[in-house]
Amino acid sequence: MADIVLPEYAPNVTPDLLEGPAGRPMSYWQLVGWRLRRDKVTLAAAGVILLIVSSAVLAPYLAPYDPFQGSIRLRLARIGSAGHLLGTDEQGRDMFTRLLYGGRMSLVAGVTPVFIALLTGSTLGIIAGYLGGRVNMLIMRLMDIFYAFPSVLLAIAISGALGAGLGNTIIALSIVFTPPITRLAESVTTQVRAWEFMEAARASGAGTLAIIRHQMIANVLGPIFVYATTLVSVSVIIASGLSFLGLGVSPPHAEWGLMLNTLRQSIYVNTWVPALPGVMIFLTSMAFNLLSDGLRDAMDVRL
Amino acid sequence: MWSYIVRRLLLGIPTLLGVTIIIFGLLHLAPGDPINAMLPPDAPQEVVQMIREQMGFNKPLPVQYWRWLKRVAVGDFGNSIATRRPVLSDLREALGNTFMLAISAACLGFTLGVGLGTTAAFAQGGWLDKVASATAIAGVSLPHYWVAILLIIIFSVELNWLPAMGIRSTSGATSAWDLAQHMILPTVALSLIPMGVIMRMTRSSVLEILSQEFVMTLRAKGLWSRTITRHVVKNAAPPVLTLMGLQFGYLLGGSVLVETVFSWPGSGFLLNLSIFQRDVPVLQGVILVLAAFFVILNLCVDILHSVIDPRIRRT
Repeated sequence: MADIVLPEYAPNVTPDLLEGPAGRPMSYWQLVGWRLRRDKVTLAAAGVILLIVSSAVLAPYLAPYDPFQGSIRLRLARIGSAGHLLGTDEQGRDMFTRLLYGGRMSLVAGVTPVFIALLTGSTLGIIAGYLGGRVNMLIMRLMDIFYAFPSVLLAIAISGALGAGLGNTIIALSIVFTPPITRLAESVTTQVRAWEFMEAARASGAGTLAIIRHQMIANVLGPIFVYATTLVSVSVIIASGLSFLGLGVSPPHAEWGLMLNTLRQSIYVNTWVPALPGVMIFLTSMAFNLLSDGLRDAMDVRL
Repeated sequence: MWSYIVRRLLLGIPTLLGVTIIIFGLLHLAPGDPINAMLPPDAPQEVVQMIREQMGFNKPLPVQYWRWLKRVAVGDFGNSIATRRPVLSDLREALGNTFMLAISAACLGFTLGVGLGTTAAFAQGGWLDKVASATAIAGVSLPHYWVAILLIIIFSVELNWLPAMGIRSTSGATSAWDLAQHMILPTVALSLIPMGVIMRMTRSSVLEILSQEFVMTLRAKGLWSRTITRHVVKNAAPPVLTLMGLQFGYLLGGSVLVETVFSWPGSGFLLNLSIFQRDVPVLQGVILVLAAFFVILNLCVDILHSVIDPRIRRT
């Protein structure tokens, strides 16, 4: 799984009106929207994400079978079997159904931690960057300690200590993703703080909280948000990886990583069905990576 | 120069101490009494009490931490609860196996990554660039434990060319060829991420240098394109080198999943085993050693970086 690479952020001061297509003046967000509409790859990636999310949400209505009800006689049916288009698993449960339901837990386990880390990380980072001095030192040194662990190792160590379960996976991954977001938020905040309008705000007597709320957040969140979309792709892979190791969601729940693990024993019986859950993890992660690349280009953020 | 190195070294000490606190804290805050893993559930209360005192589990946590730290500092990680053997000897063997895999995966991934990245940058916008970029983004999006399973399905189950697991054949063959055969699939599975990450960094780094004015000057001077390439690559190297150091660390610490799939007897495999056996001394030992390696690696990268690019030292 892709590990967290700390981005270097170079701020681009955005003028109010930009040159759009055919010299038409456009606001920043209009331009971003215009660029995104023309970017077929990013649109396709967004489409794939929408499809995966909605099929997970609508699983009870879309799935042809019960996700937990198997049949001993139908174990490990091949791909393309009558009635089971994607075959069945080691307990005779329909694979298509399990893959739909599996998306629910995999997506929750993958997306929630990034969301939590986005909140904690940007809060810590903005505080550290804005206040500077000792507070900055304290927060950033603390983050350095977590940086001393390769992210996969940290995730495994925390969930190994806390025990298996969806909740513990989310806690572990939230801890893993907070330091990189904090670092990015801190470096962006430090740069934004030096801009002239910040000085204007201070000179006009605005308080710290007011400045952070009105001036800081809007300027800092763009790059952090783009970075967070990249993290989702990493997070989905690690979350499923934890289940794969037996540290995440436990049976009989459907979860892509867990399915990959239980089916792994069956590759000598039915070769290709065990590979299916991985396809879903790959598609999800790839779609988020492409979306992140597209957003970065459209928003002109240098990560 | 030296003052930078000394300062950087000093900064590493609190980080390492913090790491030990986290590792110690994690495993002691964890639910479940480690005693339960050592003794049968019907053990008499006196025995439980005796073991508890022997192991120091009845002391307050800061005291336990201090005792543990003193032992760990001299390389004594205690004995495994499951095998009763000293953790250090198991760990040494496992780390050797992990290093072997990490080095070969790094060689493969870094070579491909730099090659693809440079090619893509020089062919920016062309089909070669598109293919290389697509490969890279697939590389970072692939769950490598799944790739490992796919490789086993293709090369072991379907084609029957390469062994699916382990480090040695059960026939007891000890040739280098036997070892190499066992290494091929895990190496490929592990090399994907570094390949993708390094490719993307190389591409953007080379592109940035290519857009600088001195390249134009070189062209205007009528230098051979090979000479220009050399200048560009030299200037684009520092960020890529830094990333390589980090990626190597991730390979060491992140090989748990691939090692589990291939039953490769490395540190990740040992870690996974110790989690399920609740073998706390082994667990602490593995994580601590891997994290320490990572800290030292980071340190070396930073120092190397400051040697290559003196501007770093001033910050």
